[in-house]
Amino acid sequence: MVAEASNKTISVTLRVWRQAGPNQPGSFVDYTAKGLNTNMSFLELLDVVNDDITRQGGEPIAFAHDCREGICGTCSLVIDGKPHGPHRGVASCQTYVRSFADGAVITVEPFRARPFPVVKDLITDRAAFDKIQQAGGYISVRTGAAPDANANAVPKEDAELAMDAAACIGCGACVAACKNASAMLFVAAKVSHLGLMPQGQPERDKRVLAMVNTADDLGFGSCTNQYECSAACPKLISHDFIARLNRDYIGATFRSAFTPASANTGGGA
Amino acid sequence: MSLIGNLFRSTVGRKFLMAVTGFILVGFVTGHLVGNLQVFAHPDKINGYAHFLQSLGPALWVVRLGLLAAVGIHIWAAVTLTLESKQARGPEPYGVKKWIRASVASRYMRLTGLVVLAFIAYHLAHFTIGAAGADTFKTRLAEYQMQEEFHLLGFPIVAKGQTVHDVYSMVFLGFSSPVVALFYMLAVALLTVHLLHGFDSMFQTIGWRSSKWSAALRTVTVLYCLAYLAGNLAIPGAILAGLVKPAPGTTAAQRIAAVAPASLAQR
Repeated sequence: MVAEASNKTISVTLRVWRQAGPNQPGSFVDYTAKGLNTNMSFLELLDVVNDDITRQGGEPIAFAHDCREGICGTCSLVIDGKPHGPHRGVASCQTYVRSFADGAVITVEPFRARPFPVVKDLITDRAAFDKIQQAGGYISVRTGAAPDANANAVPKEDAELAMDAAACIGCGACVAACKNASAMLFVAAKVSHLGLMPQGQPERDKRVLAMVNTADDLGFGSCTNQYECSAACPKLISHDFIARLNRDYIGATFRSAFTPASANTGGGA
Repeated sequence: MSLIGNLFRSTVGRKFLMAVTGFILVGFVTGHLVGNLQVFAHPDKINGYAHFLQSLGPALWVVRLGLLAAVGIHIWAAVTLTLESKQARGPEPYGVKKWIRASVASRYMRLTGLVVLAFIAYHLAHFTIGAAGADTFKTRLAEYQMQEEFHLLGFPIVAKGQTVHDVYSMVFLGFSSPVVALFYMLAVALLTVHLLHGFDSMFQTIGWRSSKWSAALRTVTVLYCLAYLAGNLAIPGAILAGLVKPAPGTTAAQRIAAVAPASLAQR
């Protein structure tokens, strides 16, 4: 979608969270941005404001960004009380100035969660998600010659559903939107996209137990089924996956309690 | 972690316990309402039914302790999860935070739950233990003599002519107090709001809900809640408003006629 060329300009006031470093006190600071082309992106608006701040000898606002195409999951920002800004299914980088009224006061702050500590200003450390992934968000495969592409039959419906879950870019908006700072939507997406595939079956129970327990240990909250996460998700991951995660977790809990484990009496390598 | 460890320590496990205990409690309040609606029938019905429940002896205590355990686990899980979730937000609250789509009922679960807890305590003191409103408690009222045999599912339970506690009169006398009746009505309304989120939330937590049938589930939830609210408001509401009068000859009818004949006659 290409925006209509426009010469329309607006002025807004940004109320931005400024924090010099981790564990330091922070506060909101107002910046006025004038003559903004309405087709610039929200991150470009921050670039323009930073230009002004730098020219005046100030410290520019630190914010995370990478691809600016809505696919990398690096940009964060809670804009006017909603992660990734006012639109549905859109990341902050794909939010445009035309979405705001002339003269608007726009509050911009970092994702707030204990497991996502603020590094500086609007940048948070989301390494907690990597730790959840490392706990089980993978499949163990022997490398070697590539298997035949059609060796494993996967029903089309399962493949599509797995792809819906795999669309998660791991940005953390679900945690930011949740009143409990719960990572359930993220964990559910990662558990489901592997759990729906034949390759994900051998480690399915181990995966769900390890990922949920790791998220708990990292200090994420619990789900109260309000579905703010899926509403804020830039990839519109469905909270149906959370139901699936719950079912997998409870099932795995009971299976692991009653399934006999090998006593390894045969020895071997 | 072990089975017990996963269920009682992990967030998903405790949510599962909340859903299972919630399911038990929904079943209980539904059965309780159906039983109570017998107050609108002949006094034989609710008095015979109450006598039947009392006569279960040890079985009654098994059910009572089971329900108490369900309430206890439900509250314990709610409190621990809430405290942890408050911690999870971190040191700094949001400057501006908007709700996107969370239902109103879901935002006040903790508040409605608290009022329901207070109501359960009062309700037990009122109609089970007799600590509140003691002068109209069933053990203080004259015994009721069964006019007909009481059947349950075709089985004869209480014989004709047997004397039993007069629960019928206790309910009528209890709800003739406006403060008591209005508190009951407020409490059941808030319990309905609690169920408006809790009912289909159970299915999500257990893992049965999906967008394929969530709209149908939502409809069932709303219809159930409306029926539950209507039934529960009807008992104290109809008695307080004088829409139903106690059956002639019962203790309730005599007492109400004796206490305030003028005001009741106008209704």
